[in-house]
Amino acid sequence: MTAEATVVERAGAVGQALPRVDAVEKLRGRAQFVGDLSVPGMLHGKVLRSGVAHGRIVALDTSAAESVPGVVSVLTGADLADMDPYYGHAIRDRPVVAIDRVRFAGEPIAAAAAVSEAAAEAAVRAIRVELEELPLAGTVEEALAPGAPELHQGPQRAGLFHGLGELPPRDGNVCYRYGLDRGEVEAVFAHADVVVEGEYRFPAVYQYAMETHSVIAEWRGDEVTLWASCQHPFLVRAEIAALFALPLSNVRIVVPYLGGGFGSKSYTKMEPITVALARKARRPVRVVNAVSDSMLTTRRHGLVARMRTAATREGRLLGRDVECWFDTGAYADNGPRVVATGGDAAPGPYRWEAVRVRADCVYTNTSPAGSYRAFGAAHLQWIGESQVDEIARRCGLDAVEVRRRNLLVPGEEVRPGGKPLDADLIGDVEKVAEAVGWGKPKEPRTGRGVSVGLLAAGAHPVSTATVRLEADGNVVVLVGTTEKGQGARTVMAQIAAEVLGLPLERIRVPGADTRFTPYDRSTGASRSTTLAGLAVQRAAQDLRDQLAEIAGGDPDPAEYPELVVKRFGFAGGELIGTGEVHPEGTGSYAEGPVFWEVCVAAAEIRLDPETGAIEVLRTATCADVGTAINPQLVERQDEGATLQGIGNGLFEELVFADGVLTNDTLLDYRVPTFEDVPGSMRCVIVENGDGPGPWGAKGCGEGALAAVPAALTNALADAGVPMRELPLSPERVWRRIQELDAPRGQEDE
Amino acid sequence: VRFELTVNGERATLEAEPQELLLDVLRDGLGLTGAKRSCDVQVCGACTVLLDGEPVSACCTLAYEARGRDVTTIEGLAERPQFAAVEEAFVRHAGVQCGYCTPGMVLTIASLLESGELGGGEAEIRRALAGNICRCTGYRAILEAVQELTAA
Repeated sequence: MTAEATVVERAGAVGQALPRVDAVEKLRGRAQFVGDLSVPGMLHGKVLRSGVAHGRIVALDTSAAESVPGVVSVLTGADLADMDPYYGHAIRDRPVVAIDRVRFAGEPIAAAAAVSEAAAEAAVRAIRVELEELPLAGTVEEALAPGAPELHQGPQRAGLFHGLGELPPRDGNVCYRYGLDRGEVEAVFAHADVVVEGEYRFPAVYQYAMETHSVIAEWRGDEVTLWASCQHPFLVRAEIAALFALPLSNVRIVVPYLGGGFGSKSYTKMEPITVALARKARRPVRVVNAVSDSMLTTRRHGLVARMRTAATREGRLLGRDVECWFDTGAYADNGPRVVATGGDAAPGPYRWEAVRVRADCVYTNTSPAGSYRAFGAAHLQWIGESQVDEIARRCGLDAVEVRRRNLLVPGEEVRPGGKPLDADLIGDVEKVAEAVGWGKPKEPRTGRGVSVGLLAAGAHPVSTATVRLEADGNVVVLVGTTEKGQGARTVMAQIAAEVLGLPLERIRVPGADTRFTPYDRSTGASRSTTLAGLAVQRAAQDLRDQLAEIAGGDPDPAEYPELVVKRFGFAGGELIGTGEVHPEGTGSYAEGPVFWEVCVAAAEIRLDPETGAIEVLRTATCADVGTAINPQLVERQDEGATLQGIGNGLFEELVFADGVLTNDTLLDYRVPTFEDVPGSMRCVIVENGDGPGPWGAKGCGEGALAAVPAALTNALADAGVPMRELPLSPERVWRRIQELDAPRGQEDE
Repeated sequence: VRFELTVNGERATLEAEPQELLLDVLRDGLGLTGAKRSCDVQVCGACTVLLDGEPVSACCTLAYEARGRDVTTIEGLAERPQFAAVEEAFVRHAGVQCGYCTPGMVLTIASLLESGELGGGEAEIRRALAGNICRCTGYRAILEAVQELTAA
């Protein structure tokens, strides 16, 4: 159906596994991250965090801290009296530092700037704070209970970028509510042959970008420059400008390399407190979080969900009914969008007669939750897909077959008013199933599972780019996308190289700097190749058109320098191509998404019933990317997401006790190591040319993280142990085995 | 305290507090920022440097422990002839993503290759490298690169 779209003329750079343009400087330790930078006169900042999850600040005395040798200044809420100190791109609910009250254990109460980190640390320890504990809402259940303490009072104020239409008023501790109703749910369930239902739990998880949140802020008069580990410099710029009442042009954000992001550096994090500290100190300040700080800065939402699914005895899916509650912690951060994306993912990509989704974003007295790769879809896909498998088992059907009968096909409606399906999901799931040996005999105590889902991707479609041809024939691509490891600079260079017919070595892609790189909304939601890439393609084409005009015909790349001379009359000047991507409609969330990112995986596991331990034997993921600009980078994205999916699915979990994070080090919070790599890990690249990006490309890299935990859960159920709580840790699985009367796994069929 | 050590083949005299960590002295004192700070508890390997050829976590090593000894950071390793093969394998297999774990990873691999401690077996390689975390790659690309290097 889209085969003709794949026949595209390509000059050579696109579609090639070219080496990353940043590999050598990273291998040699020359690549710089914010923590590697310093500016003249720079101080070091440290933050005092609350040890109490909910409390009133009774007394705060910084005099001893201020007299520590080397300390320049100490910031508290009292220093923000001249400004509206609340920020939040979705809901403006968070003060730069605590004002009168703390709402989570870990909330910044004060910050110190000193000539050394040690002095700043000593100052923080010397601050005397007295907190009176307030009643606690440490979990979603506690926050929703009658008479629960309300975390926020006063009218709810929308942030600059919530992007979700009209923001409804807060209801108790619920700051955002997603609803979807199609068809007559009760009638469908009343007449269904098969109904499966259950309550499910997904834990809070830490993104663990290895580089922690790091910021340098330097004021010069009424201008402030930040070197920040942020994924979305233009959105951070807008929030800093709003907070400190500055024109956008007076805020400059420079982003060097990011040491991983995965959503943890999306939107605004440590920037406001660093800017406020530098403002008070009247000197540049650098704040580099410890991992324990970053674990309290952002995390993935925990989820409680009730879901039921109805089907005919022939395995035709009829209806789905979902109620779920996302724990967004003490401040909304990106919670509303996480919840909306989860609501979109909850039905799963099936042909339903009726669907009802209720998804609430709930404040609790825990650390704020925000974006983490594949948010929303990662939360809901494993639940919905485990119910589809349960229906298949009840109907005596193969799990792939039940999907073949019910999955949407390209062009069908996914949700009313939104983008229709733009991918061949049936083909995708068949490919990953085959890759793990679907249908072949199984060893004892092993199980196989598949999962299929969609992730609303692309965010708001605004990206711009500039491509500059220098007089010597070399090219600089200016684009605001940040390089966080995904390979954006390489892909942007390949796109420009393709259009201009130049080798990659002739093209430079520097980092984002809001003073020089044109606007790009954000680096997340798998949008860079699709949207920023399209802007680069258009900018390069604009440049090429200019060259063609000067040449009076098709320009020869070898003659670019002569064409510059022909235009300007000397060996100087430059030709500038510009490219823009803007929404075709309003760009609203309701009209979106830009594309549906495919979340398809299969897994084969072996269960040790004596210990509950799971060994991942094989995984396969589908990178349904339309066109692979760099197939090697596509595979590497899926492999990274697969390992994160194994971590999220099998053992990662932030544990809170009365709102206090109890496992805030990498000793107690385990992430996957080399020893967790599956025996076989395959990425199947599908190129149907059906994406909205350059040459029919669409984004990737998140889908596997939603699909792998779901495939693992289904594989474990196939081995005889259905689970309704993640992670599938040995203890939890072992207990479930005892509950199920100690089955010894499924025998060969 | 004042003491001498060798960093990347050059003698250096350091003035450091007794509690100062090797990582801070290398990064802040000597400007060698290739070694990265991350977990602070000797789990992630991002701060790995070689002390007399052996990989150590500089975040949990006192600077003073390096007195009279030979420290190699990624900046030094990158100048040595044996680095070229490792670099080439990492580039070819796209074993680098964000690059934050990369210097520590490469130092560990280079020292294991040099000491001959890595056989060709995948299980052995996985075990030997389990002290270096990479959150980006899913490890597959690095495993392929190392298997190629051990086979060579």
